[in-house]
Amino acid sequence: MSIDESTAARVAKLARIKVEPDALPALAGEFNTILGFIEQLNEVNIEGVDPMTSVTPQVLKRRVDEVTDGNQQAKVLSNAPDAREGFFAVPKVVE
Amino acid sequence: MTKLNELTLSAARDALRAGETTSKELTEACLTAIDAAGALNAFVHHTPEVALERAVAADARLAKGDAPAMCGLPIGIKDLFCTKGVPSQAGSRILEGFLPEYESTVSQNLADAGAVMLGKLNMDEFAMGSSNETSTYGNAVNPWRRGNDDAQLTPGGSSGGSAAAVAADLCLAATGTDTGGSIRQPAAFTGTVGIKPTYGRCSRWGIVAFASSLDQAGPMTKSVRDAAIMLEAMCGHDPKDSTSADLPVPNFEAALSGDINGKKIGIPKEYRMDGMPDEIETLWQDGIAMMKDAGAEIVDISLPHTKYALPAYYVIAPAEASSNLARYDGVRYGHRAKLDQGDGITEMYEKTRAEGFGDEVKRRVMIGTYVLSAGFYDAYYNRARRVRTLIKRDFEQVFAQGIDAILTPATPSAAFGLGEMTDADPVAMYLNDVFTVTVNLAGLPGIAVPAGLDKQGLPLGLQLIGQPWAEADLLCAAHVLEQAAGFVAKPAKWW
Repeated sequence: MSIDESTAARVAKLARIKVEPDALPALAGEFNTILGFIEQLNEVNIEGVDPMTSVTPQVLKRRVDEVTDGNQQAKVLSNAPDAREGFFAVPKVVE
Repeated sequence: MTKLNELTLSAARDALRAGETTSKELTEACLTAIDAAGALNAFVHHTPEVALERAVAADARLAKGDAPAMCGLPIGIKDLFCTKGVPSQAGSRILEGFLPEYESTVSQNLADAGAVMLGKLNMDEFAMGSSNETSTYGNAVNPWRRGNDDAQLTPGGSSGGSAAAVAADLCLAATGTDTGGSIRQPAAFTGTVGIKPTYGRCSRWGIVAFASSLDQAGPMTKSVRDAAIMLEAMCGHDPKDSTSADLPVPNFEAALSGDINGKKIGIPKEYRMDGMPDEIETLWQDGIAMMKDAGAEIVDISLPHTKYALPAYYVIAPAEASSNLARYDGVRYGHRAKLDQGDGITEMYEKTRAEGFGDEVKRRVMIGTYVLSAGFYDAYYNRARRVRTLIKRDFEQVFAQGIDAILTPATPSAAFGLGEMTDADPVAMYLNDVFTVTVNLAGLPGIAVPAGLDKQGLPLGLQLIGQPWAEADLLCAAHVLEQAAGFVAKPAKWW
């Protein structure tokens, strides 16, 4: 499996990371090195083996479905790069 | 006479309780050492006010005879832990200016145990790295050097600042985190002790997430006894982390009996790698002899899927990272890129993440995105999770045969030079974790213990791997190894 520049560009887009076009060839090369390393996994016989979902066998705890926290608007917004009138502010989303 | 900042946790604790010193004196000694060690770039956010305030409070508790386990002991906290009102950037530019409104459970547990926070410690960005060279703060530097050569060496990573600070006596101990070896590899590179407990022992709440199914916090200390003391203070059940284990925490220090008579120590043949330096092999053989002399039974074992641990890790960890790091979008905290006229929300995300993340983090987020994307999810992600099941099964089968602990080298080499790996491909750097990463994939406890020096005078470590939840037995075996190895070397002060 080889990654070309257009695939690298598509992955960057999916990851929401801007990559300049002139950086794509090097990036695709690095992906290929890493994926080449990962390809070793194809040697393993995984028939009948379940994918791991939890490394320690455990049953998740349950609790009563009730509000346990809240009313912390100022704290929630305190680290926002742009907060106005009690909201997070972002560029226009809908045209 | 030993300077106050050079004490172990246990020695300082005993001195405090005997009234021979005060927390304020200990703390001031560390703050002075930190101020003089700028060249190591270990402490990246200094909190002397917090430290002195906690030291004074600790002295008051000591005077009243109401001193919890770590009362008055000054420590450093890895930058990955959220600390209320104190910068917590995970070594990343994208969290510049972030001041958490809350405290991580582990750092709170330590504060509740009376520990004094001196400041935040350098690390690889988002804990992704094995040399501390991906940090937005610049490299942390190993206090150890190759003889008289003044080339700067890596303290390892990702907990490189923690390891450098403990080895250079800037603090009595430090917190670390370990996703693929990030406690044990830096400990081995700096002649210190580092333990990654069983997955679920320490709460992950408030620790910036890298790969949630692998991340665990642990102590980095000057001795195995200190690791026992500090681990006990760090762990415990936390309802805020659903993967935190609701199990009693043993008295780990009390487990250091010095007796491993009749214990079965496994030696996995797959950890003998091609091209491994002779010195590592010799160190391993010495360690085997020490355990045998202490009365342990040495058993050759096989962990057949070892070879596939690193490739499985480099699917699973980036996959989880790509999901965890999706939260850095320039909206709720940290850095937001300056936008051009007409830029919409997608440009805001893309520019913010391009500016805020370093190259290694970008690489892993994109690899993770790729292996999770439509058409590749089964071929990469699900296959890696199946292989992970097999890696864990290898260990389960060995433990079912009655093996109590497994002895391996901690790293495939001693500390390397900063910049030496710059031109290598990313996979070459990943090989640093070849002996440690299996332990994270299987959720087991593992400890690195300093066991010798190489011919250039650099420390080398051995790793012991224990059964799940058997940290007490593991620490006991590590203590025996530590005593037998008698590692007492310290780096010559040049900084």
